[in-house]
Amino acid sequence: MTGWQTLFYKEILRFWKVSFQTIAAPVLTAVLYLLIFGHVLEDHVKVYDRISYTAFLIPGLVMMSVLQNAFANSSSSLIQSKIMGNLVFLLLTPLSHWAWFFAYIGSSLIRGLLVGSGVFLVTTLFVEMHFAAPLWILIFAVMGSALLGSLGLIAGLWAEKFDQLAAFQNFVIMPMTFLSGVFYSIHSLPAFWQQVSHLNPFFYMIDGFRFGFFGVSDTSPWLSLLIVGAALLVAGGLAVHLLRIGYKIRG
Amino acid sequence: MNVKMADFMPAAITFQSVSKSYSSHRGKAGSGNSTKALDEVSLKIEQGEFFGLLGPNGAGKTTLISILAGLLRASAGQVSVLGHDVQTDYAKARQLLGVVPQELVFDPFFNVRETLRIQSGYFGIKNNNDWIDELLHSLGLSDKAEANMRQLSGGMKRRVLVAQSLVHKPPVIVLDEPTAGVDVELRQTLWQFISRLNKAGHTVLLTTHYLEEAEALCGRIAMLKAGKIVALERTSELLKSASSHVLRLKLDGELPADLAARARVTGRVAQFPAHDAREIEGFLSAVREAGLVAEDVEISKADLEDVFLEVMSGKTGVRTSNREVQGDRP
Repeated sequence: MTGWQTLFYKEILRFWKVSFQTIAAPVLTAVLYLLIFGHVLEDHVKVYDRISYTAFLIPGLVMMSVLQNAFANSSSSLIQSKIMGNLVFLLLTPLSHWAWFFAYIGSSLIRGLLVGSGVFLVTTLFVEMHFAAPLWILIFAVMGSALLGSLGLIAGLWAEKFDQLAAFQNFVIMPMTFLSGVFYSIHSLPAFWQQVSHLNPFFYMIDGFRFGFFGVSDTSPWLSLLIVGAALLVAGGLAVHLLRIGYKIRG
Repeated sequence: MNVKMADFMPAAITFQSVSKSYSSHRGKAGSGNSTKALDEVSLKIEQGEFFGLLGPNGAGKTTLISILAGLLRASAGQVSVLGHDVQTDYAKARQLLGVVPQELVFDPFFNVRETLRIQSGYFGIKNNNDWIDELLHSLGLSDKAEANMRQLSGGMKRRVLVAQSLVHKPPVIVLDEPTAGVDVELRQTLWQFISRLNKAGHTVLLTTHYLEEAEALCGRIAMLKAGKIVALERTSELLKSASSHVLRLKLDGELPADLAARARVTGRVAQFPAHDAREIEGFLSAVREAGLVAEDVEISKADLEDVFLEVMSGKTGVRTSNREVQGDRP
């Protein structure tokens, strides 16, 4: 294995060794959301014709799990290594900033997709799902987890203690996911909040992902692709830059 | 080593006018309130040397090593490993360098063998099992290979730290206080193994607080004080250059301040550095005049600890004869 492949493998091994916490727990959480919201709102909310609320909710919950876990993977791995001090073993190696980037993003992507698949498999026990455009599903899942993996890298490099990372997670990532249309179509919102939702890149990830299942969405999947792609370029570029200058890891 | 040959061989480690300043106000670099951790340090360590870097806490030893390892960036100056700049050619430089960090750090997710395999992989080494087995054996870790890092005692973790820094068989090895808080058995194991590597041609740079270790192991020694090199000599020359004798007295009372300032006092034991018999006699009479009785008298040859204290107190100008001195192999 080359250097970056080893780091990639190590990062996967790291979350796999605690898979109850990193995979099983988020799957259970998402299924609980589905059971509770689905049960309570099934007869009260109508989003698209022909589509039940529970069916509508599933892609949103899957994508939310993908995004949150991709973020959690790179950010918690980095902050743990920084606080434990064992990041030094990595800093002493010849690995380039690109090697770091691809290994951390790659493992975030794998964890995101694993949790997403887990949530999807369990939820299909409740509702039969169809794939209108499977390629869109894959594209948005991959790009979404790469984007959140990059944000996790940035947050992990920036944060000096768990508290700061938790703040980033709870005050930025969580609201942006919850307000992105996981639980509702933004068309059900007042005009002003629809406008606000359009400024949230998370909305496009969820909306594009949902298009892959139903063939209908709040906005065009091509526009979503463009916006998510641009956000990925910005976040990925910033993450690579911070790694290159050794931001907060090389004095 | 033939001097002419040395001209063609790159030095194992070169520090050229290396400075490092930290600004005391966060985020305001160059605001004038900066502390200098290193001040124009120049040092050349030749291939095959066993070199000691000594100095009190805060002298800049770890800063210097961190710059060498690429963990810190120098504010000015240039550092290279076997001719490869640690900044511009970092991949090659780090491939040639093995650093044992001072802090006892570990990754709790893995066992000892996994840790060493992963570390090998970072250096692009695919199948390293033979060397890993040899490292485990040489450092007395064979029966701990499958143990999780969390289950190991401090001493065992320290051994893994050493093994980890050597997975890629680096020609240049840096040990930053490897024996701090370590029991006698590990110290013995460690020094046997490191000496063997040194005899096989590996260059070793060692920082330590145990001066008897440095005296026994290092062919050449540099002393660092407040970010500056205050002594750079072959160990034997360094020992010669200081006061040659030490007068050790066990007293029945406290020394007066003026005498205490000239001695090393540990409880009731006072040690006076002395160059000759007359100086020894002088100290003895001064003690007598102070109304003190020596219960025990001993005169011994000065060791590195005496030299160290003398250099650090700035009493004698120990020669830093030639900063660019070519390191003779011991």
